[in-house]
Amino acid sequence: MKDMTEVTPVYLDNNATTRVWPEVVEAMLPYFSEQFGNASSIHAFGAEVGGALRQARRSLQELIGAEFDHEIIFTSGGTESNNTAIRSALQVQPGRNEVITSAVEHPAILSLVDWLEKHEDVVVHRIGVDKLGRLDIDAYREKLSDKTAVVSFMWANNETGTIFPVDGLAELAHQHGALFHCDAVQAVGKVPIDVKSTDIDMMSMSSHKLHGPKGLGALYLKKGTRFRPLQRGGHQERGRRGGTENAPAIVGLGKAAEMARASMAEDIKRMTALRDKLETGLVASVGHCFVTGDPLDRLPNTSTIAFEYIEGEAILLKLNQAGIAASSGSACTSGSLEPSHVLRAMDIPFTAAHGAIRFSLSRETTEEEIDRVLAVVPEIIAGLRVMSPFWSADGASPENFDPAYA
Amino acid sequence: MWEYTDTVKDHFFNPRNAGAMNDANAVGEVGSLSCGDALKLMLKVNPETEIIEDAKFQTFGCGSAIASSSALTELVIGKTIDEARKLTNQDIAEFLGGLPPEKMHCSVMGQEALTAAVAAYKGEELDEDDHEEGALICKCFGVDAGMIERAIRNNKLTTLEMVTFYTKAGGGCNSCREPLEELLADTNKAMVAEGLIKAEEAFIFGSAPAPKKEKTVKGFVIPDTPVAAPTGPAQPSAPVQIAMPAAPAAAPAAVAVAPAPAPAPAAAPATGLSPAKEAILVARLIEEMRPTFKRDGGDVELFDIEGNIVMVHLTGACSGCQLATQTLGGIQKIISEALGRPVRVIPVAKT
Repeated sequence: MKDMTEVTPVYLDNNATTRVWPEVVEAMLPYFSEQFGNASSIHAFGAEVGGALRQARRSLQELIGAEFDHEIIFTSGGTESNNTAIRSALQVQPGRNEVITSAVEHPAILSLVDWLEKHEDVVVHRIGVDKLGRLDIDAYREKLSDKTAVVSFMWANNETGTIFPVDGLAELAHQHGALFHCDAVQAVGKVPIDVKSTDIDMMSMSSHKLHGPKGLGALYLKKGTRFRPLQRGGHQERGRRGGTENAPAIVGLGKAAEMARASMAEDIKRMTALRDKLETGLVASVGHCFVTGDPLDRLPNTSTIAFEYIEGEAILLKLNQAGIAASSGSACTSGSLEPSHVLRAMDIPFTAAHGAIRFSLSRETTEEEIDRVLAVVPEIIAGLRVMSPFWSADGASPENFDPAYA
Repeated sequence: MWEYTDTVKDHFFNPRNAGAMNDANAVGEVGSLSCGDALKLMLKVNPETEIIEDAKFQTFGCGSAIASSSALTELVIGKTIDEARKLTNQDIAEFLGGLPPEKMHCSVMGQEALTAAVAAYKGEELDEDDHEEGALICKCFGVDAGMIERAIRNNKLTTLEMVTFYTKAGGGCNSCREPLEELLADTNKAMVAEGLIKAEEAFIFGSAPAPKKEKTVKGFVIPDTPVAAPTGPAQPSAPVQIAMPAAPAAAPAAVAVAPAPAPAPAAAPATGLSPAKEAILVARLIEEMRPTFKRDGGDVELFDIEGNIVMVHLTGACSGCQLATQTLGGIQKIISEALGRPVRVIPVAKT
C-alpha cells in the first residue's frame, strides 16, 4: 500500500512468508540462464544441474536430520506435500478409511479432509485443543483404531506458534499401525528437527518460510513407507513426483537450508529474547490484551496477542500506516466472517479473537524494530478503543453494549 | 488486502464523529460479535423540529465498518428523522465511493443502526431481523448461501443453470462453481428427504455437464417441427437445449422442475410483454445490430418468432460463415436479456 511512510518498514509477518536472502538469490541466478539444462538430460548441460540438485537435497536432508537424501521429494510447496501425503496414505492402506487430525491445522490440511469426508467416504476425526492450544491427547488416543489410515498433526501452529509433541504422537499412531504425517512448514528452519529419530513417516516443508524462494516445497518420506504419487509423469524424484525439477528454486532452498542450520542456535536465542521483549512490553503498556498459545512450548519467532474490544483489520491498517507489517487471524482479512479457527478452537472469546494480531519475527529482526512497534502500538490500540462500543471514558465497559442481534 | 477507495481510507484514518455521546436521545445498537461487527449509533434529535443536530458512533469492526459508520453520521446530521429514515445502505456505499463486495455488509449494518435509532426515538418496535445470512458464495454479484438456498427451495431448482438464472450466483467469473454445486446438491438432498422433490430429480454433486460450446447447430438447417415429422411419433430433433425456467421474473413459484424441451410453438411463456410488443422489441434490436453485420459484408433479418424460437435470415458474408454459430449466440444473448427470458435464435433459409 502507498500508506507506507518514509521510515524503513518493519516486517513482522515472517510466518506468512520471508524475504529471500541475497545469498540464496545469488546461488539461484546461474541456474536460470547459464546452467539451464534439464537434469534428466545426458549432455553436460544437464549433468551440472543434476549435481547441484543432489547438493541441495543433501543440505535439506541435514537440516531436518533425515537418514537418506532420497527421502526428500521436492514438490511445489507445503500444500502439495500435504495433499500428496494424506491421499497416498489412504490409497496404500485399503480397509483403513479414517483420518485423525487436529482442529487447528492449516487450511491445506483442513479443507482437504473436509473434501475427503464429504465426497470420498473418509471418516475424519478432528482433535480439539485446550485454551493454550495444546492437543487433547486423551481424545486422540480414543480415536486411534485399526481403521486409522493416517494421523496428521502439525509440528508448530502457524498462528500461535504452539508446538505439538509430534514424536510421541507418531509413536501412538504406529502402535495402531497407522501412518503418521506431520505438517512441519512452520517448524523447519526455526527449531531443531531430527526426523530420523522419530516415528514420523511423512513430513511437509515449504521453502519460502525459511528465506528460500516461493513455489517450492518438499515432502519427507521415510525409507520403506508405502507411497502413491499424487502427480504422475516422468521419472523425476524417483517416479514419486513427475515434472521437470524447478532447479533454480531447489538450489535456492538448499542454500537457505544450509544458512538456517548454520545459525539456528543463536537465531533461536536472539529471536526468543526479542519476542519476549515485545510481548512483555505490549502487555504492560496496552492493557486488556493477552498472549495466546502455549508459553512453555512454542516457536521462538511467533507471538499472537489478542487485543480486546477492537477488530484486527482496523489494527493492521493503522500498523501499516505506521510502517509495520503484521497479520491477523481475524475475519475481515480472510474474507470469511468467522474469526480464526485456531483461536476459536482455543475457546478465546469473540471480542478478543477478532482483535488478535500475529507478530512473527525472523533472524533479521532487530531490537530497534521491536522498539518501534512498542512505541506505536499503544497509541493505535487506544485510538481504536475510543471508537469501540465496548469502551467508555472510564475504560472497558462491555456490559454497557448490547447489540440487537448478537 | 482489500481495495478500499481513498474516501474509505480517509474516513477510516480520520473518522468523523467518533466516540461516545452522553446526551443522545436516539440510540441504535446492532451487530454480531461472532461476525466481528457491531455498531452503536447515537443521535441528538431536536424534539421541536425533529432535525438530527448531532450524531456520534462507536464501532467494533474492520476498516470499512468504521468508515461506513463515519459516513453514516455525516449523512444524517442536519436531516430530519423522516429524511434520515429514507437513507439506504447504497447511499452509504456511494458516499464512500463504493465498497468491496465482501464489505457491503458494513454499509448494511450502518443502515440497520439508523433504523434502530429512529425506531427507538419514535418508540416503535423493530421489525424482524431480515438481514442476509450465510457465507458469501458469489462474489461477483454478492449472493450468499442463505439467498441461494431459499431460491433453490422455493423454486425447486435442480440444475446449476437455473440457480444462476434465479440468483445470478455463478453468472460472473465462475470461481464459485464448486461451492455452488455443493450447495445445490446438499439442498436437493435435504429436499428429497423432506419429500419436496423426487430423488431422480435431485442434483448430484459432480453431475453438472461440463461447460461447452453449443455446436449442435450445424449449417443452416431448419429444425424439424413435430408437425413436419414424416414418420411415426419421432421425437422432435431440435438441438438439445439446456432446461430453463419458463418465466424467471413472472411466476417463479409455478415453475415445474426442468421440463423436457417442449416443441417450440407450445413453449411460449407468459412475460410482461404481449407477443406483439415482444416482436416489435426484437425487430428493433435486430435492426440495431444490422450495421455491425453490414460492416463485415453480411446482413441479418428477423423472419419470425414462435414461442421461444426467434428465426432469422442470415445473408451475404454471414451465411456460411464459420463464425455463424457464435454470431447467433451473440444475438441470442442480447434478445434473451431484453425479453427477460431465454430464447433460441436459429437461422432459416430464405425461400
